[in-house]
Amino acid sequence: MTELVTSEVRLMPTSSLLRTVRANPLLGVAAALGLTLVLLALLAPVLAPHPGDAGTATHPLDTFLPPSADHLFGTDPVGRDMFTRVLYGARVSLAVSAVVISLSILIGLPVGVVAGTLGGIADTVLMRITDIFLAFPALLLALALVAVLGPSVTNATIAITITWWPWYARLARGQAASVAGRPFVVACRVLGLSPARTIIRHVLPNSLTPVIVQASADVGGVILTSAALSFLGLGAQDPTPEWGLMVNQGQAYLTTQWWLVTFPGSAILITALAFNLLGDGLRDMLDPRTRARQP
Amino acid sequence: MTYFFARRVGLGLLVVAGVVVLTFVIARVIPGDPASSWVGPHASAAQLRDARHTLGLDRPLPIQLWRFVRGVLDGDWGMSIHTHQPVLSDLATRAPASLELVTAALLLALALGILAGLVAARWRGRPLDVLVRLTSVFGVSMPSFWFALILQLVFFQTLHALPVSGEYDPALDTTHPLAVHTHAPLLDALVTANWPVLGSAVSHLILPMLVVAAYPGGVIARMVRASVLDTLGEEHVRMVRALGFHERTVFARFALKPSLNPVISVTALVFAYSLTNTFLVEAIFDWPGLGSYAADAIQSLDTPAIVGVTLFVALVYVAANLAVDLAQAVLDPRIRLR
Repeated sequence: MTELVTSEVRLMPTSSLLRTVRANPLLGVAAALGLTLVLLALLAPVLAPHPGDAGTATHPLDTFLPPSADHLFGTDPVGRDMFTRVLYGARVSLAVSAVVISLSILIGLPVGVVAGTLGGIADTVLMRITDIFLAFPALLLALALVAVLGPSVTNATIAITITWWPWYARLARGQAASVAGRPFVVACRVLGLSPARTIIRHVLPNSLTPVIVQASADVGGVILTSAALSFLGLGAQDPTPEWGLMVNQGQAYLTTQWWLVTFPGSAILITALAFNLLGDGLRDMLDPRTRARQP
Repeated sequence: MTYFFARRVGLGLLVVAGVVVLTFVIARVIPGDPASSWVGPHASAAQLRDARHTLGLDRPLPIQLWRFVRGVLDGDWGMSIHTHQPVLSDLATRAPASLELVTAALLLALALGILAGLVAARWRGRPLDVLVRLTSVFGVSMPSFWFALILQLVFFQTLHALPVSGEYDPALDTTHPLAVHTHAPLLDALVTANWPVLGSAVSHLILPMLVVAAYPGGVIARMVRASVLDTLGEEHVRMVRALGFHERTVFARFALKPSLNPVISVTALVFAYSLTNTFLVEAIFDWPGLGSYAADAIQSLDTPAIVGVTLFVALVYVAANLAVDLAQAVLDPRIRLR
């Protein structure tokens, strides 16, 4: 154990990682929970007791069954197993947030790094465009856009991405601007490296950390936004097992069949919670200011 | 100072122009024919053509943009296809209810959030701190539409404790008719000293207010905690502590005020967020504000109404951000000198 720690300490602060987890047990819990959720999503076809119920299957004789050993979360108005659907819902939600965040980074990171490194007019123009997108609350713009594009998971993903990338652009810009002022970047310029090479090889890698932290913290926000769109009927459509849509479908039976709303909603809450805690914990760990102030 | 103000206002106007163009682009690409929903399913081709002409849909796009911009400036935001009323007057009657809900929720969030953040920072790492941090992450992670439904289930169905729909008991309309001044019943009841309606309005406000306050409350508590901890690390606090001031004085006099700046700016941010959040919450509580108006507009593909609400909320957002920037510049000289 000691050997492992000392051999790795240069590349990755394993000992400090362990210490951080011990100092901040919430981070450990969040990481474990997040990992479990990803595993549950990946293994849904194996774990689900009634895999067919994630799709178009109907069982007219099994409608509205309360939770039991066979149907842990009960059954829905057409007799589908809610446990299966909630499990498959993790695939939809996590896939949507993975796509949204990857695309947002792909768009926002280059924009922000270029603006931050070059400064001047490029900076002003790019950041004013970013400001206009940021002038809309994410859900509002996404909502208007899906109304344009038509309701579907794909369009909701596109719409959320359009509202999400400016945050990464702004974040990367701030980081790149501070990196660009450091001596080693000035040295690149003095050595006559092209701006493109300077940006790609030197500024970009040094601007990544806060972006990665933000990405882990954003999973929760994207899941909440996509669930909200689906709840409003602007995201996933039946029979897609999407949590927000399931809450919407269960709304009419709130008073009589409580399980229809309770379980998919808890799934949204738990998933968002896990990733928000993870993002918080990572930020604490990687931000030297907060780390230095650990008691 | 003047330069700073002029620059911020100028940038704000630029963003507003961008917002108007962006809303127009969104509006004009909406599939489906607003004219056909305007005239209804049994209209003749001629009626449809007339409707297209009335709504200006037969003009080229740049002309439509020009008319749109001029309309926005003149206060002509188009006619709602769903309600057949001018969008701006619809917004004027609907906005007060939402603003009342969001303002009440934000006041609650500010009070609880600042208190919780201070408590967490004061007893950092202790059980109270962990409790505050967990609760605030819960607030931020809560799907508001689901929280609304669960509160209804608990408080109405199970406990029969609180009303869950509308702004006040409609039965009071006959016994204690409410004079409408502002379309915000709480305010109207207060200024006209209509106590039964006021009591009913307050009890109707509680559940939706809790739902809308969850997110901003969590954000503000986290912000205050982080910000106070930052300030406590600064020289002036160490100085004050070295001088032997009581810890309570250190917090109240020296740590709190410099920590509130980021709280002011985050409040503007969550204000607009909460205004959008009403889109999810108002329909559930049958609250006659912007949110349920927007939900209806989306259902009926009511382009002018969707555009109107979007534009309105975006403008409120820009205005709130601008106001905060200017207020901070007045309060904190470091910002305007940067």
